[in-house]
Amino acid sequence: MTRAPVLTFTDRGIYCPDGDFHIDPWRPVARALITHGHSDHARWGHGKYLCTHQALPVIRHRLGDITASGIAYGEARRIGSVTVSFHPAGHVPGSAQIRIERAGEVWVVSGDYKVEPDGLAEAFEPIRCHTFITECTFGLPVFRWQPQAQVMAEISAWWAANAAEGRISVLAGYSFGKAQRLIAGVAPQGPILTHGAVEEINQILRAQGYALPATTRVTAEVSAKSHPGALVIAPPSALGTPWLRRFGQPDEAFASGWMALRGIRRRRGLGNGFVVSDHADWQGLNDAISATGCESVFATHGYTTPFRRWLEEQGYNAGIVSTEYGEEAEETAEVTEP
Amino acid sequence: MKDFASLFTALDATTKTSAKLTALTDYFRTAPEPDRVWAAGLLSGRRPKRTVNATELRDWAAEAAGIPLWLFEESYAVAGDLAETIALVLPPAQNPQPAGLSDTLRLLTALAGRPAEERRAAILALWDQLDGAERFLFTKLITGGFRMGVSQGLMTRALAQATGVEEATLAHRLMGDWNPATTRFADLISEGDGSSAQPYPFALAAPLEDGPETLGPATDWRAEWKWDGIRGQLIHRPGAFALWSRGEELITDRFPEFATLADFLPPGTVIDGEVLAWDSTANRPLPFADLQKRIGRTTVPKKLLAEAPARMLAYDLLEAEGADLRAAPYDERRARLAALITALPAGLPLALSPALPFGDWPDLTAQRAEARAAMAEGVMLKRATSAYHVGRKRGDWWKWKLDPWSVDAVMIYAQAGHGRRANLFTDFTFAVRAGNELLPFTKAYSGLTDAEFTEITRWVGKNTLERFGPVRRVKPELVFEIAFEGIQESPRHKSGIALRFPRMARWRRDKSVDDIDTIDGLRDLLRVARG
Ligand SMILES: [Zn+2]
Ligand SMILES: [Zn+2]
Repeated sequence: MTRAPVLTFTDRGIYCPDGDFHIDPWRPVARALITHGHSDHARWGHGKYLCTHQALPVIRHRLGDITASGIAYGEARRIGSVTVSFHPAGHVPGSAQIRIERAGEVWVVSGDYKVEPDGLAEAFEPIRCHTFITECTFGLPVFRWQPQAQVMAEISAWWAANAAEGRISVLAGYSFGKAQRLIAGVAPQGPILTHGAVEEINQILRAQGYALPATTRVTAEVSAKSHPGALVIAPPSALGTPWLRRFGQPDEAFASGWMALRGIRRRRGLGNGFVVSDHADWQGLNDAISATGCESVFATHGYTTPFRRWLEEQGYNAGIVSTEYGEEAEETAEVTEP
Repeated sequence: MKDFASLFTALDATTKTSAKLTALTDYFRTAPEPDRVWAAGLLSGRRPKRTVNATELRDWAAEAAGIPLWLFEESYAVAGDLAETIALVLPPAQNPQPAGLSDTLRLLTALAGRPAEERRAAILALWDQLDGAERFLFTKLITGGFRMGVSQGLMTRALAQATGVEEATLAHRLMGDWNPATTRFADLISEGDGSSAQPYPFALAAPLEDGPETLGPATDWRAEWKWDGIRGQLIHRPGAFALWSRGEELITDRFPEFATLADFLPPGTVIDGEVLAWDSTANRPLPFADLQKRIGRTTVPKKLLAEAPARMLAYDLLEAEGADLRAAPYDERRARLAALITALPAGLPLALSPALPFGDWPDLTAQRAEARAAMAEGVMLKRATSAYHVGRKRGDWWKWKLDPWSVDAVMIYAQAGHGRRANLFTDFTFAVRAGNELLPFTKAYSGLTDAEFTEITRWVGKNTLERFGPVRRVKPELVFEIAFEGIQESPRHKSGIALRFPRMARWRRDKSVDDIDTIDGLRDLLRVARG
């Protein structure tokens, strides 16, 4: 007797027929399980939302009046004839992989993930499964991250050098996740100023108990004079805008995984910066997949075609899920999110 | 390699000339001397001998990285640069070791002619000793296409600041045929001994866009045709006879008909002129295409010598009787040049580029309109009192071309056309150089023949790096002369400029991406357009 697979792929998103729910759907559905609060995963318009307790405040802040409930990491919950649980993905605070078990068969949807602990997001946990649906935003062997401590030391040295010259440092990163990771990871050596979009998330995460150092929102009174040698954390869209004028001639840098490639940096006009990604690098993806002990892998969200071929050559049954949190969406999101 | 990598990183991180100059000067003060020589060589376009080819590099790197070749190629398509792809896919260096630039390059050049297995082992060992920017640069030195966003002029200035030797002297020393592997730093920065075949830096003219009235009284100026050939410097010194191109290439052997001049020109003579393919029946130049046939050939078949014989039309006299004349006024140099050439027997492939006497500016404007009939591109204007400058110094020399609005640019994106040309790539995006980057500045889709579009379409098929829907990003290789009717500022464009009626004036098969114009050149035009 053949049954439908545990998860199917529909034009609304990943769907579980036996539990009648979708995961990170991109069109309105009755019941949505959400891996994390980034806008390409947590979208507006669903009937009911379920995500981790830790992810909920940011999602509520971004989506407004929604019907949503939280679940603890590791807590098993019966939905229809399947059991679901959420497990840390290490991507951003509150982010989760979602595990679905039906009669002993286990599928895991990775959401976005990063294997190296960053000291802020709940550290990634490998989950054993039969079928793993993995992102592969950086699924090519040219992507290899330095250990976080090393990159943070470089950023700290850059800030210190600018401060010594009396210049303001402006570091651009995605306002939820990347920004807070930078704030928490850089060596304290002066005031940290934040763009409003970043500070709003800071306040939410602080209220939840995440350990973030003190930051000051940039207001009309804040300038290079009032905060000499400061580090400004802002979303990428703030670079090159009049908003920055108050800081004189600041040194601007960009923090993104895409900074790893000179060509991409140039084509997207990213300028100078640091390679800091909230996604797994090539080695991280391969290690994570191997740690699940899975037989089948579906690749999504990235360089899916070569990544799938690579996985097949490694002996996995491999497929591709086309989703609308595909690479372009995420890239644009990373670069232009306000 | 570490100092050199730091220099590269510093240069790469800034677009400010002052910051680049500081970084270079520091390097020329502090790096070990043999490394300084190599840096000066690399930044003046010299390359280590190629001992490993791109296919070998790919194979060895993919194997060392533990990935199949197809995955390497996928990665290369995304990164867009072979050396960078290699540097990134290889595992971190297990055996990091400090190595000087010159030592590393010596190891590299010593691999010439060695069996593949030996070269492979040596390259893998070097990769395993270098990390990050050092590994990238080392590989870039092998693959070529090495560029640091530094003009030779800027490098020369930094070297002058670091050594206290005069810039013009250094510019002269850095010209021509010297080998960084065998040159000592002390020799590089000392005065030459005069017997060598070393050329002088070419004086260059700036484009005149506004018409000559802005230049003051017509009587202060001298005019001659701007020929469309190869600018060359003919040198006859004791024991040395050489012809150099403006690209500092020694092209003596490509034009054997000039050899006889060594018997007639007095030793200690240096002439600046234009090499042209000559139609002796009509007594005027053949089209540039005929000269082009000769450019690529180191040995010239007899038939071609007869079909496209070369002649030099002399512009200027830089050295006479062994004395450097460059500081003398133009009129004086011209008079000596004319006397020298008049004294030569008839039948030699050297003549004076004729002066265009003119009474006033309208007179010259009328003569310029006849340039095409004379097989010239326009006219040159030189101030009667001007010295022979090093490089481009605005104010004394102007080129006043027939179609003043044109730049050489490289194609970076291609898109299929519409209607009749739907199956051909006809819509292209072009870039000029901005520091060490290529900056897209215009699109153009007309001006070429169907045969040329067909050829380019085949080329695009083989040279696509990335696809964005219907648009292909292609290897920056094909150079075109883009002509246009006007230029204006445009904050909407990344380049900050917009062109009026851009079109492809011609496909410059004779030029490479190294020869394209810079955004600064375009901005100069903008200044001129604004008046
Ligand atoms: Zn995300
Ligand atoms: Zn995502």
